[in-house]
Amino acid sequence: MRAFSYERVSNPAQAAARAAEVPGAKFIAGGTNLLDLMKHEIETPLHLVDVTGTGLNAITETSNGGLRVGALVSNSALAADHRIRRDYAVLSRALVSGASGQLRNKATTGGNLLQRTRCPYFYDTGMPCNKRSPGAGCAALGKGASSRGLGVIGTSEACIATHPSDMAVALRVLDAEVETVTSSGETRRKPLDAFYQLPGDTPEVENTLEAGEMITAVELPAPVEGHHAYFKVRDRASYAFALVSVALIQTPEGKGRVALGGVAPKPWRRDDADAALPQGASAVMSQLLDGARPTQDNAYKLTLAERTLAALLAQE
Amino acid sequence: MNPPNSAERHRETAQNGAERSNVSLVVNGARHQLELDNRTTLLDALREHLKLTGTKKGCDHGQCGACTVSVNGERINACLTLAVMHEGDDVATIEGLGEADHLDPMQQAFLDHDAFQCGYCTPGQICSAKAVLEEIRTKLPSHVTKDLTAPIEVTDAEIRERMSGNLCRCGAYANILKAIHQVAEERA
Ligand SMILES: Cc1cc2nc3c(=O)[nH]c(=O)nc-3n(C[C@H](O)[C@H](O)[C@H](O)COP(=O)(O)OP(=O)(O)OC[C@H]3O[C@@H](n4cnc5c(N)ncnc54)[C@H](O)[C@@H]3O)c2cc1C
Ligand code: SF4
Ligand code: FES
Ligand code: FES
Repeated sequence: MRAFSYERVSNPAQAAARAAEVPGAKFIAGGTNLLDLMKHEIETPLHLVDVTGTGLNAITETSNGGLRVGALVSNSALAADHRIRRDYAVLSRALVSGASGQLRNKATTGGNLLQRTRCPYFYDTGMPCNKRSPGAGCAALGKGASSRGLGVIGTSEACIATHPSDMAVALRVLDAEVETVTSSGETRRKPLDAFYQLPGDTPEVENTLEAGEMITAVELPAPVEGHHAYFKVRDRASYAFALVSVALIQTPEGKGRVALGGVAPKPWRRDDADAALPQGASAVMSQLLDGARPTQDNAYKLTLAERTLAALLAQE
Repeated sequence: MNPPNSAERHRETAQNGAERSNVSLVVNGARHQLELDNRTTLLDALREHLKLTGTKKGCDHGQCGACTVSVNGERINACLTLAVMHEGDDVATIEGLGEADHLDPMQQAFLDHDAFQCGYCTPGQICSAKAVLEEIRTKLPSHVTKDLTAPIEVTDAEIRERMSGNLCRCGAYANILKAIHQVAEERA
């Protein structure tokens, strides 16, 4: 790990101002992703701004019947909150399917959204990776590479990595918004889908955050009634990232919403696919995965996604 | 991403001396004042600076659970957190649990059930196991919890799922499960 200077800040606006002002600064919250990457020297910040003292630890009710989740609320606390368990079960389910009990106690809402990809070549500093070193090439698309865990849709010639968060898939199906504060103290709000950027020619850019901009909260709209479910398919029964995951909210009339994890650089959802839900899993996937460009190694994800949704619908 | 002059800038940071910090930790009830390189993880602070080597380093990347300790009452991986981020925090390690002549019930249950072979993962398993029973009691849901709003029962499936962040290279899982059940039953 490279040496860095360190400071604690006590409010979000100060955190954002400091992160913009000090060269090479990064925020640190739970540290469970950033420190892992710093040990590999994939991340090499010169300065860490510790945001854990900024007081964003509350889950509060909003005027439009929803909930505002502070950026520092831990993944454990969010999954256990009685309002989340009762009214946003898909989010509780997604959270507890991720990482381990120890990690969820430290992982924060803001940090979870910004965790980096688990592409094995992103982690292997001996291999070329456009996301790690723009312009270096993509080892995952090289001859003989294994792309079994990587993306099938929304990817580009430059990068086929997926976003690894389970929480974000549930937040997408719930139409959550991301609230931030900029280095000049301005508050902004963006739907999660617009917050995440597809790789295109610049896979190193993953979201719309400006230099120093800090996530302060995630806002959930009023609860969506219906059956909430999250089904994660992985190589072992626990403590592994998703190959494919499906977040589903289904109303008694068979209508609802579907988002996929493990297949794209961001949680994957389309309105026309939601509308196809009454026609079943195959109809949904022919919309949702329209335009998919899988590799030979990961084409199985297309079938797996459809079967996973079919299994969930059959449980209903 | 590495800025091109990153090595140089790192040298500058090192030169102005700002790469070290003071931190005060309460470990097993005793307060310690440490002056540390900012890079020091809580795990290395415990093992290398406070010479509390009961907490183990398996992977150093959050993947094995050998470094599990409790901080302010919650279990975490000591390898994925910086010591300087724990100013004033209450840290409980395996050394604080019990003594040879006065074992914690979980330590005793691990002995009773032969819940280890080499013992390397054991401190982490025990710290995690104690937290797991507490998490079930306080209704923290898990991936296998069927009803998110009802009280949670101590079943094999619940224990296995909640202990999945603690790997055992010797495969003592079956006996670890029995040990945890014993403590759960003693409490009930
Ligand atoms: C072994 C292992 C298994 C895992 N398995 C899963 C899994 O199955 N599913 C899953 O979803 N996740 C999994 N994770 C990832 C885990 O969920 C993330 O590491 C965690 O959510 C990151 O949160 P954090 O608070 O620790 O972030 P940090 O590591 O502190 O930060 C991550 C990034 O976010 C930035 N950041 C943090 N907070 C803010 C903020 N408020 N505003 C702006 N920027 C911010 C940091 O600068 C950094 O770039 C796993 C991790 C490990 C180590
Ligand atoms: S898929 Fe993306 S993250 Fe993986 S090696 Fe290619 S550029 Fe890097
Ligand atoms: S040493 Fe911390 S999880 Fe392996
Ligand atoms: S007892 Fe040897 S690793 Fe668990």
